[in-house]
Amino acid sequence: MRKSIRQQQSSKRILRFTFFLIFFVGISITLQYCNQKQSGNRSKVKTLNGAGATFPYPLYSHWADKYATLTGIQVNYQSIGSGAGIAQIKARTVDFGATDAPLTSTQVKESGLVQFPLVIGGVVPVVHIESIQPGDLKLTGEIIADIYLGNITHWDDPQIQNLNPDLNLPDREITPVHRADGSGTTWIFTNYLSKISPEWTNEVGVAKAVAWPAGPGGKGNEGVTGYVQKIKGAIGYTEYAYAIQNKMTFVSLRNQAGNYVTPGIKNFFAAFTYADSTQQPSLVKILTDLPGNQTWPITGMSFILLHKNPKHPEKTRELLRFFDWCYNHGQQQARQLEYVPIPPEYVQRIENLWSEEITVEGKPIWNN
Amino acid sequence: MKFFQSSRSHSVADSIFKGLAFISAAIIFLIMVGIFIQLIHSSRLSIHKFGLGFLISEHWNPVTQEFGAASSIYGTLVSTAIALILALPLSLAISLFLVDLAPPSVSKYVGYAIELLAAIPSIIYGMWGLFIFAPFMSDHVQPILQQYLGFIPLFKGPPMGIGMLTSGIILALMILPFTTAMMRDVLKMVPSIVTEAAYGMGSTTWEVTKKVTVPYVITGLVGGAFLGLGRAIGETMAVTFVIGNNHNISASLFEAGNSIASTLANEFTEASEPMYLSALIELGLVLFVITFLIQVGAHFWLKRLSKSSGIK
Repeated sequence: MRKSIRQQQSSKRILRFTFFLIFFVGISITLQYCNQKQSGNRSKVKTLNGAGATFPYPLYSHWADKYATLTGIQVNYQSIGSGAGIAQIKARTVDFGATDAPLTSTQVKESGLVQFPLVIGGVVPVVHIESIQPGDLKLTGEIIADIYLGNITHWDDPQIQNLNPDLNLPDREITPVHRADGSGTTWIFTNYLSKISPEWTNEVGVAKAVAWPAGPGGKGNEGVTGYVQKIKGAIGYTEYAYAIQNKMTFVSLRNQAGNYVTPGIKNFFAAFTYADSTQQPSLVKILTDLPGNQTWPITGMSFILLHKNPKHPEKTRELLRFFDWCYNHGQQQARQLEYVPIPPEYVQRIENLWSEEITVEGKPIWNN
Repeated sequence: MKFFQSSRSHSVADSIFKGLAFISAAIIFLIMVGIFIQLIHSSRLSIHKFGLGFLISEHWNPVTQEFGAASSIYGTLVSTAIALILALPLSLAISLFLVDLAPPSVSKYVGYAIELLAAIPSIIYGMWGLFIFAPFMSDHVQPILQQYLGFIPLFKGPPMGIGMLTSGIILALMILPFTTAMMRDVLKMVPSIVTEAAYGMGSTTWEVTKKVTVPYVITGLVGGAFLGLGRAIGETMAVTFVIGNNHNISASLFEAGNSIASTLANEFTEASEPMYLSALIELGLVLFVITFLIQVGAHFWLKRLSKSSGIK
């Protein structure tokens, strides 16, 4: 019995297909095996992975880039959000996590982590009103809280006009824009508003995402700046670097000392200096609404999370070397991108914390 | 085993092929059931706490950990409805033009253009919507709508440019190529002998279209419409950019809203609390069920339609 030509052809084709299938599966298994072998041999660490906050992303990626050209060690940072960063470091899927909203000391202890700041930055309110220059419009925390609560709805509201007698404010509806995605920037902003306004604390609260009483939400810093640029009469809040890069109209804000200050590196640093001189010995500081003549009231720190007892000590040692490099050699880049580097004596305290807390079999990984 | 034995051919290749095809088909089914079970399992916290109230509560507050899906469901359905109302008549008109009225050369190039449009990634529509279309809406379209139709609650509120109406229009633009391409292919299947017969009886172009062409392929047209619906209802990035992401239900189409997909895209990354995460996954489950119900509904409707029009 002979098979028909068609049958022969089809069986040939199917055989060829099966052959290719086996071929590809074989190749992918081999590759997988090689990969495992490579990562099993950890004497030479080549890549370090981190994930978390979006707020310091521009700086971290710059640092990582520079560090790779100097040392050949790749630090991959994924800005997937503070919450996801915390979850990932807890699950040990990344070598370090990053967050803008600090974990409480009990949370840190419970999950066996170490938390320390890597950089300081500011959140700035930005507006879209015709014929107003950056820094011209004066606002207070109370007014911003009332705008976001929906109590003040027009730009020519007497409360705003009285603060700004020289400005000709339009009879335009205010559209308060917020971050639609959960974010550390929102945490810093709502933390500030809740310190200023009891009504805010009661009705909205502090979190990385809250139930906003009014206005639309944009995705990411770029979403918020996009909305504010497109909607006339809008107000929003964004990380300082985004405001500068997009040439946004930021406002002057009254700080606790009663002075109207414009945002800038030295004003963010003033907040840090005050906190450093007065607050508890803890390295984790909340920098919103602090006293001081020059202090910018909506300042925040961005934190790194590491495991106290790392599974791969070599990786953690390399990471600490990277952070040490950032502290000591990355200041220039930080300032260029409008972030405030951590000052040297504070860095010393952070590195002391490393040698005390991060250990493998009882021995410290980091030696000063 | 009967499945394999029933094959008359003794060729090994045939049975391998049948086996592979069978496994592939089974995988689809397993994936669907697996996703469904996983969704229910991961959202059990929020199902347990909020129950059916989840579907009717408008309250979405991550601080107090209280969640309700009403505004997301509303936003999803309304933006999809706007998209379909705008896109379907337009795509029917375009496909009729391409198949019956346009000269072949024009039809060919417009056809290419439609296929190209379908290949544009949705993020591009989103960025274009936010940076170019939203300002256009806010400066030119919304003020005019407000001037003439402002007495209807649908068109009240500040003309921000973003919001429910804008995202509906962007969605319409996105599904237009799909529905048009589908309807064009369906209309091409009308045998020329049928239309020629109608023309021969002295019908006008309009009469032929209305009484012969469209009824002949109505099930296919409806199928194309459902394909568009399926794309619109789950669309994420383009909507996230222009819908405004606000968890309030508002009568006005100018106001910001949110859809299930946009809420998931926005809030998943920072949802660190178990209840928050569970509520978001339940939102996903709701979208899954809505899509499923629409598919089932479409199936039955198509069946009825093909029965009543006598075409199998």
